[in-house]
Amino acid sequence: MTTAPLLTVNDLRIHFPVRGGVLLRQTGAVRAVDGVSLIIRSGETLGLVGESGCGKSTLGKAIVRLLKPTSGQIVFQGTDISHRSQRSLRPLRRDVQMIFQDPAESLDPRMSVRALIEEPFLIHRMGSRSERIQWVNELLDRVGLPASSAERYSFEFSGGQRQRIGIARALALKPKLIICDEPVSALDVSVQSQILNLLVELQKDFGLSYLFIAHNLSVVKHVSDRVAVMYLGKIVELATAQDIYQNPRHAYTKALLSAIPATDPTIEGKKILLEGDVPSPIDPPAGSAFGHRLKHPRYEETIGMDLSLREIAPDHWVANDPCCISQEDWATLNPSQ
Amino acid sequence: MSHEPEPILVVDKLITSFETERGLLRAVDQVSFSVPAGKTVGIVGESGCGKSVTAMSIVRLLPQPAGKILGGHVNFKGRDLSHIPDKELRKIRGSDIGVIFQEPMAALNPVHRIGRQVSEIFRIHRKMSKKDAWEAATEMLRQVRIPAPEKRMMDYPHQLSGGMRQRVVIALAIALKPSLLIADEPTTALDVTVQAQILDLLKRLQAEMGMSIILITHDLGVIAETCDEVVVMYAGRVVEKAPVGELFAKPLHAYTRGLLASIPTLDTPSKSILKTIPGMVAPLSDHAHGCRFCQRLGRTSSRERPQLIEINPGHWVENCPECVPSLHPPA
Repeated sequence: MTTAPLLTVNDLRIHFPVRGGVLLRQTGAVRAVDGVSLIIRSGETLGLVGESGCGKSTLGKAIVRLLKPTSGQIVFQGTDISHRSQRSLRPLRRDVQMIFQDPAESLDPRMSVRALIEEPFLIHRMGSRSERIQWVNELLDRVGLPASSAERYSFEFSGGQRQRIGIARALALKPKLIICDEPVSALDVSVQSQILNLLVELQKDFGLSYLFIAHNLSVVKHVSDRVAVMYLGKIVELATAQDIYQNPRHAYTKALLSAIPATDPTIEGKKILLEGDVPSPIDPPAGSAFGHRLKHPRYEETIGMDLSLREIAPDHWVANDPCCISQEDWATLNPSQ
Repeated sequence: MSHEPEPILVVDKLITSFETERGLLRAVDQVSFSVPAGKTVGIVGESGCGKSVTAMSIVRLLPQPAGKILGGHVNFKGRDLSHIPDKELRKIRGSDIGVIFQEPMAALNPVHRIGRQVSEIFRIHRKMSKKDAWEAATEMLRQVRIPAPEKRMMDYPHQLSGGMRQRVVIALAIALKPSLLIADEPTTALDVTVQAQILDLLKRLQAEMGMSIILITHDLGVIAETCDEVVVMYAGRVVEKAPVGELFAKPLHAYTRGLLASIPTLDTPSKSILKTIPGMVAPLSDHAHGCRFCQRLGRTSSRERPQLIEINPGHWVENCPECVPSLHPPA
């Protein structure tokens, strides 16, 4: 018997209006997230990878309800939180937290480290003063910062240390799910591994789930159980980390993997070089977005087609898109055609 | 016996310092390396190691008045760039040495059209007419594989994507066919698929033009893919330098080894604990005179500054016995 997932996202769309003209009428929309469905189970890490403008950060923010969905559903621990008011969401905040890319921006420079980590307890009216002092010290210890850090200010610390402060703050209320939005992208290489190790250890110790958002596929693959690849507001492939790497089925996933520079000068791989640029989510193409970029001969067919994810192999989902999957895979998913 | 061609650039014991409130701080501490003609040399290191300052010192683009070259030589085709008058340097910079920065908008004027900015190079340095310069500029955009270059000439920088802007910056840098291109983190701000395109472009341009390249980056993957030789910097010093294959196959310095071991690759087992380098780089004002990597690890080492020695042909490493155990085989 399988337990219910911790988080379920159903056909989520987040569109931002673009206004123009004298009367500022809506002339179009940025379709940042355009029909995303996924689940995250207890204790697992779902990696979310994609390039600029694919909507991954927007998706992360929507899950913590920093943004309001345009349509679709977000269900956390059995409760539909898609359209609840901010006030009614307050108890939820204990269970879902976020770590941001730039710790310098997300930590209030006027608050001491102690104040920053303590704030969640104050907001949720938890603990006596002495209890809070103890909890803060425990958290600092858990993230590898010395106790003396408590009385200092975030700007006195390096990027890696500030990220640890952000992690301590996110852990304070013992959440079930942490959305990590590019948590190591702004850090030096040798510090990245320290933070990645910390996140892996904390997951084991606290039974945490992560939505790990990043553009670096190697990093994402390393920390994730499953990986979702996003392109222009949609998930195009979803599989275990191992499968995504060993058996990518979507043309975009293959291009992403091929583009990663190998840290081995003896490897002479043939790179898949894409034409043109990462697309903009304002008024995307009518049919297959990636097919359009590839100038694929079957692009016209995909206009108006349902290109959503289908299960091509156990636990391996790929967009049902003739421009982006192999002939064999297309035949498997569409046997009548 | 073949003769090694003369290197196009030789940096010899370069010292660059910044005047700050805390006194004169040395960001580049006697750095030496050379760039063979037609090859790509990568300078790799983390924040604060001095790689960018080294590159900017070569062409004297340091922030003024704080940045000062206080010692050493920068020999480019037989002339010492650190000592020639400004006027002569300006002629070389832009025509014989091209520079690309990390942030394309640092090189592009946001209020002028692309066409005007690229033509300007031909009008100033080659004294071409407006019409000829415009054509030459369009041709440059074509050479860096910008689609529909005639249209892009009329665009403003903000109308182009990051990848396109970087191509324009590359066009600006190579327009006059320089012998040397200095690329400071040229793809760090770009998406990975765009990065692949830009690196491929640079490789192709190098082959077509016989240009030498100094590529500065923190990304060892980029180094492995594009460079012939690698210079590893730490805290203002060169700790190791070698041909690229040799560096990845036989890294000698503890810092290089640490860096290589701490990067997750597609082959690293999932959720395994990565090897890390503990601690972090000391601030500029606190750098030890002795081995600085030992300082990071909290090791006491000799207070003597380690010297670079050649262990294998072309493979140099700082002779700190703590950081390079193979230097001193057990008795």
